[in-house]
Amino acid sequence: MSVQTPTPTAVTVTPTGPRGTRPATAVAVYVLLVVVSVLMLAPFALVVFGAFKTRGEFTADPGGWLPDSFTNVHNFVVLFTEKGFGRYFLNSAIVSAVTVVTNVLFSAMAGYALAKVPFRGRSLVFGAVVLAMTIPYVAVFVPQFVIVVQLGLVDTLAGIVLPILVMPIAVFIMRQFASSVPDELLEAARLDGASDVGVFVRVVLPLLGPAVATVAIFTFLNSWNYFLWPLVVAQSVDTYTLPVGLSVASAAANTTDYGVLLAGSVTILVPVLVLFLFLQRYFIQGIAATGLK
Amino acid sequence: MASTTSRPAPGATSSAPRGPALRRPGRAGRGRRASLDLVGWGFVLPFVLVFAVFSVAPAAMALFLSLTDIGIGDLTSPFAVDVVGLGNYTGILRSEDFQRAMLNTALFVVVGVPVTMGAGFVLALALDSGIRRLRSVFRAVVYVPVIANVVAAAVLWQYAFTREGPVNGFLGALGVDGPNWLGRPGWAVVAVLLLTVWRNIGTCMVLFLAGLQSVPEEVHEAAALDGAGYWRRVTAMTVPLLRPTTLLVSVLMSVSFLNIFDEPYLVTDGGPLSATTSVAKWVYDQFGYGRIADSMAGSMVLLVVVLVVSTAQVRLLRSKH
Repeated sequence: MSVQTPTPTAVTVTPTGPRGTRPATAVAVYVLLVVVSVLMLAPFALVVFGAFKTRGEFTADPGGWLPDSFTNVHNFVVLFTEKGFGRYFLNSAIVSAVTVVTNVLFSAMAGYALAKVPFRGRSLVFGAVVLAMTIPYVAVFVPQFVIVVQLGLVDTLAGIVLPILVMPIAVFIMRQFASSVPDELLEAARLDGASDVGVFVRVVLPLLGPAVATVAIFTFLNSWNYFLWPLVVAQSVDTYTLPVGLSVASAAANTTDYGVLLAGSVTILVPVLVLFLFLQRYFIQGIAATGLK
Repeated sequence: MASTTSRPAPGATSSAPRGPALRRPGRAGRGRRASLDLVGWGFVLPFVLVFAVFSVAPAAMALFLSLTDIGIGDLTSPFAVDVVGLGNYTGILRSEDFQRAMLNTALFVVVGVPVTMGAGFVLALALDSGIRRLRSVFRAVVYVPVIANVVAAAVLWQYAFTREGPVNGFLGALGVDGPNWLGRPGWAVVAVLLLTVWRNIGTCMVLFLAGLQSVPEEVHEAAALDGAGYWRRVTAMTVPLLRPTTLLVSVLMSVSFLNIFDEPYLVTDGGPLSATTSVAKWVYDQFGYGRIADSMAGSMVLLVVVLVVSTAQVRLLRSKH
């Protein structure tokens, strides 16, 4: 590992380069980061190792880490054939797909209006959005459940999806991005005779590209990992999403079922990790953008 | 109250930005005003509908129901209940379970928030100024637990922290005799905290890193030319400059830890001996027992605590200009 270090008074060219650190310090920093990385990744490694273990391995060597083989997919077979995880996976996919589409569309519409259309009541709507982000979720899930009971949607995917069709945080992100759309462009489109819908579809939406990516990823993450609400609404295996199915299976399991449960963990984690691998930039930008603008 | 958001952002409390006066050929005065209202409300309508039904109404209902004697039988007709005033509140504040849940939650916040923020800050500092290569790799590795599904992680925790499990297996290899993690109240708290901290360090790090990278390079160069050493610059310059970021991260983390539910529910189910029950978990449990009114009162107490803690932090940490 070769670490270049400038002299303390050198003007570094890279905007975030090492700022006057000595070689010994740099080595220490790398050591720290490697140790932390191992600690951060160890749980993921354990999940994968455990998913390939047989019952016998858990009883014979409960404290061991590595499985005997990485080709033993028995736990995954059990998961999808006996434990109904195929259905849960499908439900999770439906919930995520629907909410990604609705969040992107509705939050783009709302974000555009909040940023660019001076209608009466605009500040009120925006103030409510900001306030909504502070309410603890446990304070609303019971009344939400009462409302879903009234609507007759208990134990349906519709009941699971409804409250998150469009999330305040998505509107917030879209409004941030929409504010930077130049007014002249909107004006020009209107002078060309475009309708309000036309301006939105042809001018605003294409310019909101990065925001669409950010909101889509955020929504997917939230929906895919959504737990407490589906846990309350879903009452039968037909409507379980992956996290609900796994938590129910885990509560009912005995200590020799770890392999199957960890295979369930792998099943939930993989789509998100694959996405993260390819779209890391957007994930991290999104987080930073929501907090710091 | 609008200034105590869990995600404060500059401009969040000010009114919405002024859009252009939308000039339309051949339209003027009141007609244009009305058409703007129509367009604006038309565009926000889907969001406003969902928001009104699933955020505003539930919040109002929670407040109302916390003042009634609603029970499990009233879930289908929630407005046919009797108002009992603050009785639920005095009841739960006196109950030992609720006090226990409050104490546990306070412990999670007081220990978890500083540890998570401290680790996030140190890592951000290391990535910002300590290294050149592999920065994005390390950043990704530290961030990955944030997006890991909590149920998947909790299943692992239950297995990893068993008496003879892989964590103690590893400790044993180091010559340490590991404890009965999930069987002992004190150690169960540690296990639950480890999961929560592991899941939140990445968020703190990313936010601190964004804050650090917004500090102009010239500031560092000037201080270096003045002969200030690295640590001197961190304490005298970086920390004060990062005040807004620190405020944001600490409010965000305090709110997360105050609302902690998933980890205690999934890993220990609040046990052993209620050692890991949080306020949010208590609220959920009361709902399960059919004590809806108590559940709602508990959630309102939590809401007040969240608002008070956030406001206090904003007051304390806001820059003194």
